[in-house]
Parts: sequence; C-alpha cells; structure tokens
Amino acid sequence: MSAGAGARLTLDVDAGDGWIGELAAGETLRIIDLHGNQAVDTLFFDAGDYANRFSAVDTLREQGNAYLTLGSRLLALDLEPLVTIVADTCGRHDTLGGACSQESNVVRYGEHTRHMHACRNTFLAQALAWGRGLNKRDLPANVNFFMNVPLTAEGGLTFEDGISAPGKYLDLRADRDTLVLISNCPQLNNPCNGYDPTPVRLVVW
Amino acid sequence: MTLIDGILPPAASWSRICLRGTALTLTDVEGGANVSALLYRACDRLERYCMPDTLKAQHVSRLTAGVALYSDMGRVLASLTHDTCGWHDAITGHATAAHVAARWGAASYQQARNDWRRSARDGLLVELAKHGLGARDLVANVNFFTKVAVGDAGDLAFVEGNSAAGAAVTLRFELDTLVVLCSVPHPLDPAPEWSPRPVRLQIARVDATTHEDAVRRACEENERGFAATEAALR
Repeated sequence: MSAGAGARLTLDVDAGDGWIGELAAGETLRIIDLHGNQAVDTLFFDAGDYANRFSAVDTLREQGNAYLTLGSRLLALDLEPLVTIVADTCGRHDTLGGACSQESNVVRYGEHTRHMHACRNTFLAQALAWGRGLNKRDLPANVNFFMNVPLTAEGGLTFEDGISAPGKYLDLRADRDTLVLISNCPQLNNPCNGYDPTPVRLVVW
Repeated sequence: MTLIDGILPPAASWSRICLRGTALTLTDVEGGANVSALLYRACDRLERYCMPDTLKAQHVSRLTAGVALYSDMGRVLASLTHDTCGWHDAITGHATAAHVAARWGAASYQQARNDWRRSARDGLLVELAKHGLGARDLVANVNFFTKVAVGDAGDLAFVEGNSAAGAAVTLRFELDTLVVLCSVPHPLDPAPEWSPRPVRLQIARVDATTHEDAVRRACEENERGFAATEAALR
C-alpha cells in the first residue's frame, strides 16, 4: 500500500529528537528520509520481553552479509525476526557503526564535542519516558538506517556519504509485537547526516 | 611475573575480574580455537565492551595488536598489545544451542558427561549470572582466533586455518575489568565434527601503560580514549 491512506500514525521526527512506540505483529513502519543523508539510529525489542532484543551480530551472521537491505530479517537474541525490511529505495543500511554518544564523541572528535547532542542521550530520554524499566542496559549495537559504513577486506571500516537521497524510504514489517526506539541522529561532526541533520517521517499502517 | 597459568578446556566458560596492571594472554594450544569474550568494567557493570565504539573509534573491523577495546563510556577496558594470530572477529556473535544441535548434533550431560555439547550462549549467560548479570548484558562479543572475511558486497565467509597451534593474543587491562570467556566453536566453523579446542590462559603483572605506548599512539582517538581512561582513575 502507499503510505498515508489508512495510516494509524504519521509523524515527523526532527533531527535530535526521537520516538518510541510499539508495532503490532503484521504492521508496517515506513521511515522516510525527507531531505536525504539522514541517519536514523534504531533499536527493536520483543514487546513482551525487552531482554529479547535486536542483535546486530546475530542478524549479520545469519544472513551472511555485513549490510542490511531489502529482505534483511532483523533478528532478536532468540534468532527469530523482530522486523523484516520489505521495501527499500535506499539499498544499504548499517548496523556496525553504532549510535553516537557524548563519550564516543570525545574519543572521536575531542573534548570540545562533549556537550554536543548525541543519539544515546536521545535513546535514554525516550527509554525514560517509556518507563517499564527500560534503561542503559537495553542499548546494544543499533541499526543506522540510511547510513553507509563499508568494511574493507583488510579489516578497515569507513564512514561514507551519499547512498540516501531526499524521499528515499524503507518499510519494516513487524514479525511479532515489537517495541521500536528511534533517535534521529544529531551528529554534526561527520558526514552521516551530510553535516546538516534533518527531519524524517514515520508512517505506521 | 605470572600470577595464573591454566587451561580453559574445550567448550568451557570462565570469568574473572582482571585488574589494571595485569595482562591476560590467550594461547590457541592446538590451533583452530575460538574464544568468545565479553568485558565489563568491574566497578560499574553497566559500562561494557562496545563493539561499535571500538570499531568506529579506530576505523577497524578486525581486532589485532594495536587495537584498544573500548567501553560504551569512551574508556579503554583493555588493549591488545601482542598478537601472533592477526585477526580476531568482532562482528559475528556466538553459537546458541540451536546452532550446536543443527551443526553438530546435541549431546546432553546425561549422554556424554563432561564432553556434552554446550553452546556459547548458554555458557556466557551462566557465567554472567555468577556476577548478577543476564541477557540484558549480552552484547556483541569478541571471537578471539576467529576470522570471518567480508567481501566487496558485504558477503561473510568463515576463514579456516586463521589460527595456528601456538597463536597467542594478549589483553592488557587499562581498568579493572570483569572478563567472561567461552571456548565453544564459532557457529560458522565448517568442521564436520564437533571439535572444540582448549585455550591456555596466563595472567601476568605488567608495567603501567606509558604515553609512548603503541596502542595509545595508534591514532588520535586512542590518545583521547586513554586520557579519558586515566581521568576515571583520579
């Protein structure tokens, strides 16, 4: 279906803001990169057992590929899918680069970035607002939708720009009742947001 | 000075708080071992080894000598100071009971006594539970002695023969660190027979990390990471 008609939720999330909410099994979440080159840091949890959460390394190993794309099943620790990418006009998404934090910003860019806004602060703020005991223990390696982090055969890891563009989107179908936690990345120190973080649109039907 | 010298048997688990000023050397006694590892800061186990922060700070996807293992709070828990293997995996997780059963067939304790086929998932969780930790603390682990190659299109392939008999890697602890290990084979290991391998564990006192240290000097990010680590000790 086209997003919009019949949607139960349509929400624009500003850069530096976040969202947390549940998808019922069978529902679809569309994430639209409205202005292009915007990293959307995302975590998924089994809605009935938050300890059974998205596992990046299990997901990559079981699909035999280091990147997420159309058809990727995002697995929980029980090796069963939480959500599946059922449409994708971008083509490649990262799950090894992680979310920025104040502390990792200091390591990567220097002390002057300590008090710049960061995804893990958004994750924590959203988790606190959600309640139900969700906290820092529940923040493993996340997905970065619309972000391109190629690995090299020699064991390198690079941050590249330029795969996403205005209007690109992906659809995630919930394979079970799933809690979704999103930080629309505020990072200003690298090209993951084109040095200009912008809003994304969420549509659920 | 060696403090501990022992063998982690095949498919077994181990944990210990390793103190700053000591180093742990893992030796692949027979070749072909896999050691899944997780690290937590001893005084605050909410602070833990963080695969993404480790990889992106140093722009690496493999672990070897010169690489620091970062916590999720921007500090270095351990440095890889020596390595004769050359590639340790950070991105492909560990075996569950379902993997062991599907790949090699299950064998219970009742059937096989201490040669029973345990999974890394179960071993890590039991070991974590000894320290009050559980599934919520289970994050992406290191696999010492394992290499999973990444092709141009992102395809993953287990590399056989990555670790020869005698290969050794040393972790020097920069903070007091809870170390949890499990020697169950990697789930992508194509070996047709269940063949977990023993690993020698040696802990020794080592000199304090200097400002000229090779891991600290490996990149600007590590200079800042080590400075943040020392700041936490003041």
